[in-house]
Amino acid sequence: MINQEIKSYFPILNQEINGHPLVYLDSAATSQKPVQVIEALKNYYEFDNSNVHRGVHTLGNRATEKYEGAREKVRKFINANDAKEVIFVRGTTTAINTVAQSYGRANVEEGDEIVITYMEHHSNIIPWQQLAKERGAILKYIELEEDGTISLEQVRAAITERTKIVSMVYVSNVLGTMNPVKEVAQIAHENGAVLVVDGAQAAPHLKIDVQQLDCDFFAFSGHKMVGPTGIGVLYGKQALLEEMEPVEFGGEMIDFVGLYDSTWKELPWKFEGGTPIIAGAVGLGAAIDFLNEIGLNNIEQHEHAMAAYAMDRMSGIEGLQIYGPKDPAKRAGIVTFNLNDVHPHDVATVLDMSGIAVRAGHHCAQPLMKWLNVTATARASFYVYNDESDIDRLVEGLRTAKEYFNNVF
Amino acid sequence: MSFNNLDQLYRQVIMDHYKTPRNKGALESNSVNIEMNNPTCGDRIQLTLQVEDNIVKDAKFDGEGCSISMASASMMTQAVKGKDVETALQLSHIFSDMMLGKEYDDSIDLGDIEALQGVSQFPARIKCATLAWKAMEKGVKSEEKS
Repeated sequence: MINQEIKSYFPILNQEINGHPLVYLDSAATSQKPVQVIEALKNYYEFDNSNVHRGVHTLGNRATEKYEGAREKVRKFINANDAKEVIFVRGTTTAINTVAQSYGRANVEEGDEIVITYMEHHSNIIPWQQLAKERGAILKYIELEEDGTISLEQVRAAITERTKIVSMVYVSNVLGTMNPVKEVAQIAHENGAVLVVDGAQAAPHLKIDVQQLDCDFFAFSGHKMVGPTGIGVLYGKQALLEEMEPVEFGGEMIDFVGLYDSTWKELPWKFEGGTPIIAGAVGLGAAIDFLNEIGLNNIEQHEHAMAAYAMDRMSGIEGLQIYGPKDPAKRAGIVTFNLNDVHPHDVATVLDMSGIAVRAGHHCAQPLMKWLNVTATARASFYVYNDESDIDRLVEGLRTAKEYFNNVF
Repeated sequence: MSFNNLDQLYRQVIMDHYKTPRNKGALESNSVNIEMNNPTCGDRIQLTLQVEDNIVKDAKFDGEGCSISMASASMMTQAVKGKDVETALQLSHIFSDMMLGKEYDDSIDLGDIEALQGVSQFPARIKCATLAWKAMEKGVKSEEKS
């Protein structure tokens, strides 16, 4: 369960920032890392480091076993049917770009539609803008409801028989909204389209079952789920991946190289050109073990409880506006807000002076900021190492910021 | 809780410029129009300058951003108005040195700008303060070329 013991595994949290104990509320940007993950990386480099899938020496075998062992951990973590469907990439951005450049180029033609939503992160907007421009396709946005949720009526209205790709975030990095991706997958399939799910904010917080969701592609990053930076996953249904061309060519991904033509390895390796992210995958495997130990269901409950407590406490601050669904059950552990008349950067600086780390800015979601009719917001996001006392500190910090700016004005 | 640190950043004169910005708006007969934003945080400034005979005759700004970026824009327009282009660029250079915590040329009267010195202690906020100055530099340089 979520308790003080969990926090003690994160060495970075045991420090003072500007004379106050650190309260880290920016996990939606990147999570902190437990000793278990740090040790796994250290251990790999101290005892097993070698290149994979080549050579016959013992270290090479050990590194390969660890790398492929991590793939199997990921397969179980998202309940993919086969480890072949798990491709290691740099992160969510690379995963989505891979789908756009490989599946997209092969399947989207002039006049076809690509459907996304107003709440996407830039990494799930720009790859589709580029693809649409290149292919002469139409990029369409699903409108949001007033509370920042997505209704299936709007989804049905946006997806047509010309739609080839629907790409949607599972959990919004700004609103915390959890989207009905399973139902959207069904609507996409009825229209002959595929569904790409941006799972960057979902994988750290919810039990993911790609078969149950029936999504065609699922992308996520290791660093937001207590793993290292530089490792992420692209899941794709085997039948789709088999048909797709690699987007990076070079070592590791080839079967046979001739003078003028080459053939590719089988899945998943044909998508992993070059020396893969071996240590990153090992670290991600350790991160998955750590999260499984706590239990994803416990984490999800904890997130809802944190969001509920934060929204309750924060709504007591006069002039503070919270964006997104009011019902904590509809959101993950992300609370985005503004304190009236005080710019979010100024709020974040005052909080930082009190040792509290929050994000301020547009959160890489400029179209959503436009929809909210704001230029910037502040965001507090919670994870396994946060508890109610952190939120109490945040509320205290916000009251201080309000008081401070009231005085200087 | 002590806020000595914060007081170094949010000096009274800065908050005054934020609350009642000088030269807010847009020049109608402008010779230069520059839009700039800070892509990491969404701050945005639109600066219009009237440059004639190598003199910045008038300057106005509009935009959205935090107290530091908007106060700095207000102070910048105040500082460069009536100055020749060389002096305006020299001021920008001095301001940049000030933000980087370097020794800076104090032979020119900096007026209100000096209040922004404390920003150099807040690395995350330096870009907020320099946005308007970068826009001004771009503006007078484009005018020089044309």
